[in-house]
Amino acid sequence: MTARRIGLVAWHVLKQNVRDRVLYSIAAFALLLVAAALVIDQMTAGQDLKIIKDLGLAAIELAGVLMSVFVGVSLVAHEIDRRSIFNVLSKPLPRWEFIVGKYSGLVMTLAMNVAALTGVLYLTLFWMGSTSPDNVRMSWEAPATDPRLLVSVGLMTAELALLTAIALFFSTFSSSAMLSAVLTVGLFIAGLESDALRQFNLTVDAPVAGRLVTTVGWLVPAFSLFDVKTEVVHGLPINPGRIWFSLAYAAVYSVVAITAAVLVFSRREFR
Amino acid sequence: MAAIVRTEHLTKDFPAGFWRSRPQRALDDVSIEVPAGGVFGLLGPNGAGKSTTLKVLVGLLKPTKGRAEIFGRAPREVSARARLGFLPENPSFYDELSAEELLSYFAGLCGYSASERRARATRALDLVGLGDDRRRRLRQYSKGMVQRVGIAQALVNDPELVILDEPMSGLDPVGRHDVRQIIVRLRDEGRTVVFSSHILPDAELLCTRVGILAKGRVVAFGGLSELTASASRGWEVVFDGLTEDTASRLGGRVRRVTRITASRYSLEIEAAERPETLVADLSAAGASLVSVTPLRATLEEFFLQVSK
Repeated sequence: MTARRIGLVAWHVLKQNVRDRVLYSIAAFALLLVAAALVIDQMTAGQDLKIIKDLGLAAIELAGVLMSVFVGVSLVAHEIDRRSIFNVLSKPLPRWEFIVGKYSGLVMTLAMNVAALTGVLYLTLFWMGSTSPDNVRMSWEAPATDPRLLVSVGLMTAELALLTAIALFFSTFSSSAMLSAVLTVGLFIAGLESDALRQFNLTVDAPVAGRLVTTVGWLVPAFSLFDVKTEVVHGLPINPGRIWFSLAYAAVYSVVAITAAVLVFSRREFR
Repeated sequence: MAAIVRTEHLTKDFPAGFWRSRPQRALDDVSIEVPAGGVFGLLGPNGAGKSTTLKVLVGLLKPTKGRAEIFGRAPREVSARARLGFLPENPSFYDELSAEELLSYFAGLCGYSASERRARATRALDLVGLGDDRRRRLRQYSKGMVQRVGIAQALVNDPELVILDEPMSGLDPVGRHDVRQIIVRLRDEGRTVVFSSHILPDAELLCTRVGILAKGRVVAFGGLSELTASASRGWEVVFDGLTEDTASRLGGRVRRVTRITASRYSLEIEAAERPETLVADLSAAGASLVSVTPLRATLEEFFLQVSK
């Protein structure tokens, strides 16, 4: 029964998102970036494949981050704003199932979008591989349709799942979607720089501030862990241990964020 | 008869703002009991605490003090809400869904299988007269239609207890009539309906029992006829064969004399006056009694009296 209800809430979120034109516009934005890559193809020689891979992966990530933040923070806030939450929570649905269902629905949406955009990127790369002369192909550090791109995409999906959990957490206690978005984006940016934050005490001569910033560096989610774009694009080796650690890290941190969201939401009252 | 809804000394405070330490009291020591079956009206002016009471009863709000129960359980227990249907005030749903999709979703939240969901959605929409419009997107619905969808979603799990917050609010006369008919049908099916309203004629038509709230407190509670009888306005006694001279000599004993025909008069006397004495006196003067009718206060008069 629990799995069925969570699945139903998730399916409902997915259906709403598919019907929401904002998602299409973000996807269109990503497609435009891929199209821009094609233009670059006309203007560069030899370096075009790397640029397209880099730009394509960055576009997929950016589209996912925008979706994750702006849809994530409105998942619960929207229900409260339009008061549909009154109907949902008066049903025999435990609140934790509602939160987990909402989260699963958005992660499903994100995974679908990432998969679709990755498909577009692979098609673009396949076209390049099949139309480039042999001497150009020989100069590439990695094949055009390099399956290792999927490693980057997989880690990106884990990163988006974690970001969604954080956005959802903020949306459960803040009554303003904008504030939740600002907090989520702030944490995301801090997380991208978490390595630098953790080593801050080594670079400054201020023990208290150094310790404080280093502590923050350990608390914020380490989003930099998930970025293997450089390795993938340049055909550099990726340590499998890093991949598994990153996935486990995303899973654990997401569970913690969702649990915190459930605890806050379970105590919340709706006037 | 066992109470299906019960509140005991229910008190609800809301924070009044960051700088104000004293909270705003929305409900103050509210104790009510609603037996199974029939229609219970929670009445009161705006801001009296009706919606707050109902939201506590469906688990959207927690009591600050006291307790609230439905089916003998706390409303926050999922099992208690399985037998409940709730319509919030001015309901709002997902515009991008059709009514059928919405109800199917809510039926699923109540635990029904995929095959049963659609059947329940269709049945509930037919009940509120929206069967033909069930595939239209909700954004195309009028306010009255959204209200009906709200009632349909409250009935999708075939609940024993239906709680409706201002179900007639914002509806035109036809819409109000239709909602009244739905409530009557639910009552006739043996369900318990609790609804809040400040539209007193509707309550008077529908309710078997009422509770009146004012400033968060219960100021009257009980059967509708008992309450209005307790606020009796006196008696109307009609005599035939009464002469104009006799009628004019009644003076201070009657509040109002109305001549109906040449020899038939309607006399209104105060509640404290015994109609038997007047009947005896006028019968001795040759008049014959036609009828004696107690003049009961309307719910509106009673409401105004107690909510001051």
